[in-house]
Amino acid sequence: MIPLSGERTDAHGIIKEKSDSGVILRGTSTLKRGFAHMLKNGVVMDVTTVEQAQIAEDAGAVSVMVLDKLPSDVRKAGGVARTASIRIIEDIMDSVTIPVMAKCRIGHVYEAKVLEETDVDMIDESEVLTPADENHHIWKWDFTTPFVNGARSLSEALRRIEEGAAMIRTKGEPGTGNVAEAVTHIKKVNDELRTIKAIYDSGDNQDLVRMAREFKVSYDLVEETAKLGRLPVVNFAAGGIATPADAAYLMSLGCDGIFVGSGIFNADDAKERARAIVLATTFWNESEKVKEAQKMIDERQSMLGLDVKTLELRMQERGSSA
Amino acid sequence: MSLIVGVFAIQGDVYENISSTKTALKELGVEGTVLGVKTAEDVSKLDGLIIPGGESTTIGQLSLVNSSLKTIKEKIEHGMPVLGICAGMIMLSKTANDRIIGKTDQPLLDLLDIKLERNSFGRQKESFETDVSMASINIPKFDGVFIRAPSVSDVGSGVEVLAKFNEKIVAVKKGNMIGVAFHPELTKDVSLHKYFVNLIKKSKTGQI
Repeated sequence: MIPLSGERTDAHGIIKEKSDSGVILRGTSTLKRGFAHMLKNGVVMDVTTVEQAQIAEDAGAVSVMVLDKLPSDVRKAGGVARTASIRIIEDIMDSVTIPVMAKCRIGHVYEAKVLEETDVDMIDESEVLTPADENHHIWKWDFTTPFVNGARSLSEALRRIEEGAAMIRTKGEPGTGNVAEAVTHIKKVNDELRTIKAIYDSGDNQDLVRMAREFKVSYDLVEETAKLGRLPVVNFAAGGIATPADAAYLMSLGCDGIFVGSGIFNADDAKERARAIVLATTFWNESEKVKEAQKMIDERQSMLGLDVKTLELRMQERGSSA
Repeated sequence: MSLIVGVFAIQGDVYENISSTKTALKELGVEGTVLGVKTAEDVSKLDGLIIPGGESTTIGQLSLVNSSLKTIKEKIEHGMPVLGICAGMIMLSKTANDRIIGKTDQPLLDLLDIKLERNSFGRQKESFETDVSMASINIPKFDGVFIRAPSVSDVGSGVEVLAKFNEKIVAVKKGNMIGVAFHPELTKDVSLHKYFVNLIKKSKTGQI
């Protein structure tokens, strides 16, 4: 079975119906977190058009994420980045068989409601878009549709899970083609998990209470996570992944799967690159296969990328304090 | 006698199936090892295989890469028991149609004579939990977790219907092949995994 730590069984998002064949439940934590488990060891690709979504599906993506603009274009455009056009999301839902996700702004309850009504399979409350509420994230237990959230640390991940996130991803630094921040974030989460696991194993409950206060989450969630030694939900890598080797490296750090944003469709060899990143994710622990995948792409076609130190806009900092 | 049970580890919820199978072996007191398998060589050593839930298009395409699909097909044709869960049941089938998109040209094992509809109950918001009865294999009540689940609209000769929900077929069996639309590995109940381990045991000792 899958861990259900922090689950709220009285959530508004849980719908109970009676049918001829008995009682049925929708929107439970088993269903929301279970959906994310089906994506494991797979690649979710950012897309902005039907054509890109079909390329992603043909390449073996487990899901597509619909945006108005790719993260790197969001950077260039400036202004306010909002959820994608509903018509485009619907067109994409009608043209691929894999699950379709879409992003809403942090804290924007009604963009999320619109996406739920549209019937997307998962909602990403994302720092790539301009936050609508700097102090609060969405209370995701009110929704039947599952959510994924970004996190740079264990405390951020646990706060999002406490709000009802069914899946976590690293924030990285979106739209940069630079994997450094995603690497930092997953290593930090892993380090902190090892720390609380060690505290749990030592039996020092008082120290776990201290950690819960530091993380600003409930003691029970910290204790259960410490006992597991991993997040109670699926954890993907995201933010700056541009090549097959990037994807394989993050898988080797213990990520359950990969989100690729601008890295594919801002490269000049999108089709081959999409396929190559999927191959490298699936066979990440076979160096020869990763090499074959890396050989499918041309570094001269990779997106140029940005040095994180020179950025004026650090998307990863959005929503981190809440 | 020790059984070797594999979980096809290309994509999807591999770990949960390994863990449920280990629990099933332990509860039955049957000796065996459970491992994730990716290559044709890994598959060739198995006594039984679980094809887990995930995305069937991804699993199908990637298993063509290292030709593991061909070996799986040969092993099943020679009698190796297989449990296909959700995407795994889709992989076992002869034809799969998507409810919205229609006919798909995804790679399939083409073994189980069932007419299958992908995403049959709707999108994720429509995913549901309900009690399922598989009385003919002595599992009268089971917590069925259906995630963007497929269903079977028609079965060919010799395919036994194990369970239905709202008139849709959600579990089938033919000889050494079992297909279920729901996810037993996401729940505490390991009775289906136990049934499958017993099937592998019988197959290995030549009782079927």
